[in-house]
Parts: sequence; structure tokens; C-alpha cells
Amino acid sequence: MQANAVNTVNPEKALFGERNEKGLIEIDKVSIVFGEGAKKNTAVEQTSLTILPGEFVCILGPSGCGKSTLLNSVAGYVKPSSGRVLVDGTLVKKPAPDRGMVFQQYSLFPWKTVRDNIAFGPKIAGHSQAECESIANTFLQMIGLATIADKLPGELSGGMQQRVGIARALANYPSVLLMDEPFGALDAQTRLIMQESLLNIWSEFSTTVLFVTHDVDEAIFLADRILIMSSSPGSIIADIQVKLERPRSQDLGTTEAFNELKKQCLSLIREQSMRAFSTQNQAS
Amino acid sequence: MNSAIQNVSEETIPESPLAVTSSSELADSQIVVDDKSAEKAHSYVTNPQGHAPGAFMQVALNLKSKVQSIVIGLFSIVFGLVIWHFATLYNFDFFIDFQNVPSPLKVGGAFAHHLSDSEFYVHIQVSIRRILIAYSIAVFLGILLGLLVGRSRMARAAILPYIEIIRPIPAVAWIPMAILMWPTEESSIVYITFLGALFPIILNTVHGVEQTPEVLIRAAQSLGASKLQIFWHVVLPSALPSIAAGLAIGMGISWFSLLAGEIISGQYGIGYFTWDAYSLINYPDIVVGMLVIGALGSFSTYLVRLCMRPALKWNRKPA
Repeated sequence: MQANAVNTVNPEKALFGERNEKGLIEIDKVSIVFGEGAKKNTAVEQTSLTILPGEFVCILGPSGCGKSTLLNSVAGYVKPSSGRVLVDGTLVKKPAPDRGMVFQQYSLFPWKTVRDNIAFGPKIAGHSQAECESIANTFLQMIGLATIADKLPGELSGGMQQRVGIARALANYPSVLLMDEPFGALDAQTRLIMQESLLNIWSEFSTTVLFVTHDVDEAIFLADRILIMSSSPGSIIADIQVKLERPRSQDLGTTEAFNELKKQCLSLIREQSMRAFSTQNQAS
Repeated sequence: MNSAIQNVSEETIPESPLAVTSSSELADSQIVVDDKSAEKAHSYVTNPQGHAPGAFMQVALNLKSKVQSIVIGLFSIVFGLVIWHFATLYNFDFFIDFQNVPSPLKVGGAFAHHLSDSEFYVHIQVSIRRILIAYSIAVFLGILLGLLVGRSRMARAAILPYIEIIRPIPAVAWIPMAILMWPTEESSIVYITFLGALFPIILNTVHGVEQTPEVLIRAAQSLGASKLQIFWHVVLPSALPSIAAGLAIGMGISWFSLLAGEIISGQYGIGYFTWDAYSLINYPDIVVGMLVIGALGSFSTYLVRLCMRPALKWNRKPA
């Protein structure tokens, strides 16, 4: 069904305009447990949430709180121990091109050129060589990297590689874009540029984005909605609407509203960290 | 060289503070010159700001060290030949016995003689043909088995014990059994050669497959690739550098095994030629055979690397 959607969408039309009605994520009483017995670790516990089509949602939390695990359950890499994940009403069983994935680690195929990396999804979906190339070119234009189309990933900077990674995920016209700390490995300046560039892409694409990060500023700058996650066991402790005007620029970081939100998020996270810290001390 | 460094550093003075310091440092150490200043100059030319003059100097320095290496290498070889020559001339005999060792001149003469001897080429041709057959089968089977073992747990459980049992057995140990098992001498020699090449190819392929980054597989999955497509588009190319290394090692070992086979049986082949020379007390030919074997081994390994190079272009630059 998803493959059909890829085939029928007119690239030009989908890119510019036309709101995407797809991309509804329903997480229904999901628990994810790793290991057994003494080593048992509940990464996600009894979590339920709904993410609407076209929403930009950030999952914010400290390292190891299970936010990536939750994302991976939507991607289909991790099977919930109980509960279920639905995307557009379909039960998630395994990874599929309707859910594009961007990783923190560089994940471009190093033996393929930038163009061939982007064209990989369309090629797998059975598009002809010419179609693949035209899709790849469309996305190269979009991310502003048309001049490096024939380079190999190893020749690109980290920021450029991640931009190509985003384009590669979008080239399948996914209804959901899943991003697992995609800018975590980048330096601070590149990071800010990438955030703006992601918002630009998203405004054209209007796909649902589920974005995992531990950076409060990043979450506020990007999201419509921030889900704060606590650790051991991982669960969502706050659901904050970010009603800042779009389009946003990095100047946003100095405004009153931004700082209010930041304070709110930080105090929630701090509370969590303190609690985690004290339980850790008790345990040892 | 000395003046070259000075010229270049003078040119670079206005460009950056770094150039200034390095040039003044160079000036200070002009008296000692040579290695030290060359080193400093080198550290400058490799800095990212290095412009044309830096690049030029790098080339000059590289050229210098290359020429130096070649000259030293030549001297070293000539030195060895001279020792060899005198050891045979005076019948050196202390622990190592040079009485029956042919002198380098005799070996050279024998080699020149064989160059115009058609039978000599038949020996080489036969050996190369055996290598080609055995190696081709080893490449095909080795990569196939390696991919299976690396990707499938069942295949791994079934195949790995065989590899562990057979791999440590040296090719020479196979000779009696191979002669008994195979219908012709030719096929037993090819079999032994094949075995030699097989294991490094299998093991390197397995290693390469296992090294495939998980994130690349996940990325391919989320882009819709099936298991087979992931295998073809991700696992195989990712394993290629390791497979290429296995192919080169396998080529070296296949020569090694071929020689073992040819020495024991057969009527042709460069290994047979060498051993036959020993039986016929034609000692210069032993050394001719040895050198030709070495040259053929190196050259074929080089060819394998050359063939693999285009497929590994992406791997040469650090990612």
C-alpha cells in the first residue's frame, strides 16, 4: 500500500503545497523490556500517545531514558513487549519506506555517490533509472547540494552528510520522518544551520516528524509539541505545546516566550535527573 | 635541497603567521639543515593552509625521499649480490654451506639461456594455467561460502566446523591424499592449489560481512530494501575491501600451494622445473626457478589488487 503511495505521488506537487493528510502515529500502551531476570531493563513503560499528521514532535530526555527505543518501535526496529504502534491505522511490524529514518551516526552508503544515495529508496521501490534520477535531482535542489551530486559521502562534511541523509529519507515521500538525534554529532554552528534548514524542508514537505533529542533549545526551536521523557522506567512525563510563530529563525532563542518554555522544560528534566540520581545513590 | 627550502619559505612569509615562524625556525637551524629542517618544512607543508608553494615542496620532498629509498635499496641489493658472489667464490662453509650454491653470475647466465628456451615457457604456462583454474574456483566458492557463513546462522553452524578442521592442514600434507583421491595428477595439483587460496578468501569474506555497520543495514531497511536487496546493495559492497584483501592473500598462498604440488608430482610447471634442476644437479636452475616463482607470485598478487582497485575507490579516502 505504501509502495503504491510512493508511485502515485507526483514529486512536484507533493513537494510544494498539498498538505499531507497521512502521518498519524498512534502509540498504544507500549512497553519495551530488554533482558530478563536481574538484567531486566524496562526502556519504555506503558506509554500511550497520538501524533497528528503534519505535526513536528520532539521527544526530549536525558541519555538512556528510552527515547530512542520508543522511536525505534515506531520505525519497526524494536518490537514492543506489549502494546502496539500504528501508523495511519496500520500496525507497525517492521521498517518500511513510509517511515523515513535519519540516524545520529553517518549512515549514507559510502560507496554510492550522493545522487545514488538519494535515489536508493526510489530504486528499491521499482522506479526506472530516469525517474530515480529526476527524484534525486529534485531533492538535491531542495537541500541545496546539487553541486556535490557526484561526490562520495566520505568527501562531505558531517552537516552535508546529514542533509543528504534527510533527503534520502524524504525521497520515498514518507508519511512520517523519524529522526534520532540527527544533529547530535555536529558542531554547534552547523547544528543551528541544520535546524533551520530542517524547518525549511519540513515547511515544504509537511510530513509528520518525530525527532529525538536531549538538547532543550533544539526541541523548542523545532517542535510544535515537546514530549519530555523520564528514565527508568522510560515514560512520558510532560506534553508541552510550543506555540511559537513560524517560520522561526535562530533569533527566537533570545525571546521571552522561548526562555519561559526553556525554564519549564529544564525544571521538569532537572526534577527527573535529581530523582534518578537519588535512586541511583540508594541503589549503590 | 637546502636552497629549495629557503626559497620556498621566503615566498610564504607574507601568507600566514605560521609561515613566518616556520621560516625563521628554518633559518635558525640552517647550519644543521637536512633532516631536522626538512621535518619542520614538512610539518608546514602538510598544514591545511598549505598553498601552491607548500604543495610544490611536498612533491619535492616526496621525490627526494623516494629517490633516496630507491638508491638505498639498489645499494642493498648490490651489497647482497657481492656477498653472495664472494661466498660462492671462496666456497664459504661455516654452518651454512655455499660450496654447491651457484654464483649470481651463473644464475644470470642460466636465466638468459632459458629466456630463449621454449620449454621454459611451457613450464611457466602450465603453472599459470593451474593457478587460473584453481584460483577461479576458489574465488567463486570462497566468496559464496564466506557470504553464507557471514549472513546465515544455519550456514555458519554447518560450514564453520569444516573450515576449522581443514584450514590448519598445510597444503603439503594434502599431497598423498590428493594423489589418491583425484583421477589425474593434474587435478590433484589443481585441488591443492585451490585449497590454499580458498581459506583466506572465505575467512576474509566472513570478516567483511560481519563488519557491515548495523546502521547501514537499518537505513536500507527503512528505505524499503528486502533481505536480498540489503545483501546485494549493502552487505556485499561493504565487505568488498575485506574480500579484496582475501583475494590478494589467496593468490599468494595459491602459488605457495601450487609449488608444493608441482614439486611432488607432475611433468611440467615451474615448481617441477625447480625440483628437477635439483635432481639433475643443475644448481643454477634451482635459483632461476625460485626467482621466477617469486616474480610470478608478486605479479599476480599485484594484478589482483589492480583489478579490485576501481571497486574500492570509495574506501581509499578516510570517511
